Amino acid sequence: MILARFFAGGFRSPLVVAGMVIILALAVLVPVLNLAVPRGSAFHMPDYLVPLIGKYLCYALLALALDLVWGFCGILSLGHAAFFALGGYAMGMYLMRQIGSRGVYGNPDLPDFMVFLNWKELPWYWYGFDSFAFAMLMVVLVPGILALVFGWFAFRSRVTGVYLSIITQAMTFALMLAFFRNEMGFGGNNGLTDFKDIVGFDIAAQSTRVGLFIISAAALIIGLVITSAVINSKYGKILAAVRDAESRTRFLGYRPENIKLIAFVLSAVIAGIAGALYVPQVGIINPGEFEPANSIEVVVWTAVGGRATLVGPIAGAFLVNAGKSWFTGVLPEYWLFALGGLFIFVTLFMPKGIMGLLGLVRRRKSTPVDEMSPDARADIAPNAAEQQQ
Amino acid sequence: MSKATSILYLDGVSVSFDGFKAINNLSLTLDPGEMRAIIGPNGAGKTTMMDIITGKTRPDEGEVYFNGTIDLTRHDEAEIAMFGIGRKFQKPTVFESQTVEDNLLLSLKGERRGFPALFYRKSKEDAAAIDEILGTIRLEARRKDLAANLSHGQKQWLEIGMLLAQDPKVLLVDEPVAGMTDAETEETARLLKEIAKTHSVIVVEHDMHFVRELGVKVTCLHEGSVLAEGTLDHVSADKRVIEVYLGR
Ligand SMILES: Nc1ncnc2c1ncn2[C@@H]1O[C@H](COP(=O)(O)OP(=O)(O)O)[C@@H](O)[C@H]1O
Ligand SMILES: [Mg+2]
Repeated sequence: MILARFFAGGFRSPLVVAGMVIILALAVLVPVLNLAVPRGSAFHMPDYLVPLIGKYLCYALLALALDLVWGFCGILSLGHAAFFALGGYAMGMYLMRQIGSRGVYGNPDLPDFMVFLNWKELPWYWYGFDSFAFAMLMVVLVPGILALVFGWFAFRSRVTGVYLSIITQAMTFALMLAFFRNEMGFGGNNGLTDFKDIVGFDIAAQSTRVGLFIISAAALIIGLVITSAVINSKYGKILAAVRDAESRTRFLGYRPENIKLIAFVLSAVIAGIAGALYVPQVGIINPGEFEPANSIEVVVWTAVGGRATLVGPIAGAFLVNAGKSWFTGVLPEYWLFALGGLFIFVTLFMPKGIMGLLGLVRRRKSTPVDEMSPDARADIAPNAAEQQQ
Repeated sequence: MSKATSILYLDGVSVSFDGFKAINNLSLTLDPGEMRAIIGPNGAGKTTMMDIITGKTRPDEGEVYFNGTIDLTRHDEAEIAMFGIGRKFQKPTVFESQTVEDNLLLSLKGERRGFPALFYRKSKEDAAAIDEILGTIRLEARRKDLAANLSHGQKQWLEIGMLLAQDPKVLLVDEPVAGMTDAETEETARLLKEIAKTHSVIVVEHDMHFVRELGVKVTCLHEGSVLAEGTLDHVSADKRVIEVYLGR
């Protein structure tokens, strides 16, 4: 009853519902065009496109997760790819255990890379990953608990703005260095790959890929319903109040650190699920996923699509990544420059991204903190200048 | 006046910023149900005094008690707000990206935790309380407008409305009529007098006309301590007050 009302809140925005319908259409159309339309027909979708678009769906879910904290709470996380990668690793560990004795070394107990390193037994933290249910639990628990601990310390110490962004970036960088080490037991440099099957289905089969595609689209729609329900609830209003005037909320009796923590943990969990869906579709997870640049790319997708709009970041993830696929085919060396240029352009000329350009964002006459005198800013919100990026 | 019967009790409070004493051995007592006007030149420490009461600034020394028993120096902003001390800031600070109505909803007394707010549903009582406050602050017609789009005076009123929604025991109101027209000023005086019937109030204000309108006991602050206290006539007749403040 309470839950039903909560979820109903997710359908209150016409823009969000339109987004859901488009993703739903994609979830039906792609499988039909790929499996039902005969090869040779002009409408047949080539096999390689299914996991490619599936990958974009996962990126879109990651951008949605970032929008929840950046768009609606002003936390510019430059480390969200870390939560994505952790979810991916949890899924990867399950897929590694499914290989069984079909590895190059044929060892039934140990993954190939452990045999190669001369390890004699499975490290304790690999226990349980034979079970799909356990692995899925880890997909949400590991990013969730990391976000809980990280956020608890950061928000309680009232770290905001640029400083918070920097420590999130440091977090993903530290994880990258850790996962690169062979002794960590996560496959080092090469990561986890050579997967064979997932819950009994051949991972390379086209039908499995279509299945993963549909699950990814469903996850994105559910993610959209949940985030939209969250921001339409009273909690969402508190979240926006904290974003706009954090110290003011304290004088009303709110604890901004706890309010932010809820959104941050939820966001990390969604990012982890996105990562877990990504790994079986691309067939590999390695420490490169923790690279600081990856997290920055997520910020660019979100900014391009339009911050604080939920559907904007999803569109942004699709467009920028489609652009990337095309661009890296033509001028691979220049992609990072193009991405940087795009970000600067969007920041300067399209503050509400594509959604703003399409006129889909509710306008207000002025922005709060900019308008106040510097004296007023110091009066109520010593960190207001930092809060708004 | 004693600590035990007071609603707010400050004794020997001092605070300095980088060696500058903004508040210097300040003592002040507010009785339950009392409304007090605080005057004083810019930089006298009026806003800093409110910062100390609301937990934003910790005093270097001195006692700050609420209700005679609660030591406010041991609590933070959120806890102090929950005890029932509400504050209106010198510059109006409302949640600009939200509607007038939602600003009041966020301020409404009650649950402050995040999880229950996820499943909150506006009750009849809450809706009625919001309607009533909208009437009191004369913003019924603007209820669906974003707070950012209100005029300066309307923002001041919205913030007073937010204070009312909190239903605190003590209201600290910092320069409520700054930047208001004469008509708005009179309206605000009427509003505050109405509020004072059921709450304890401290109003900081420069506008002598407004202070006279309130007709309450006045405390004049200067360089962080009390210069004079009494009726407005008594205080404005004080030589030192004239020297530092009125006579300039
Ligand atoms: N956080 C602070 N850091 C440094 N100086 C401050 C701070 N807050 C107030 N002050 C100083 O304390 C003095 C009193 O300020 P304030 O309480 O704002 O005065 P009033 O509200 O009476 O005009 C001023 O000189 C001001 O510059
Ligand atoms: Mg002041």
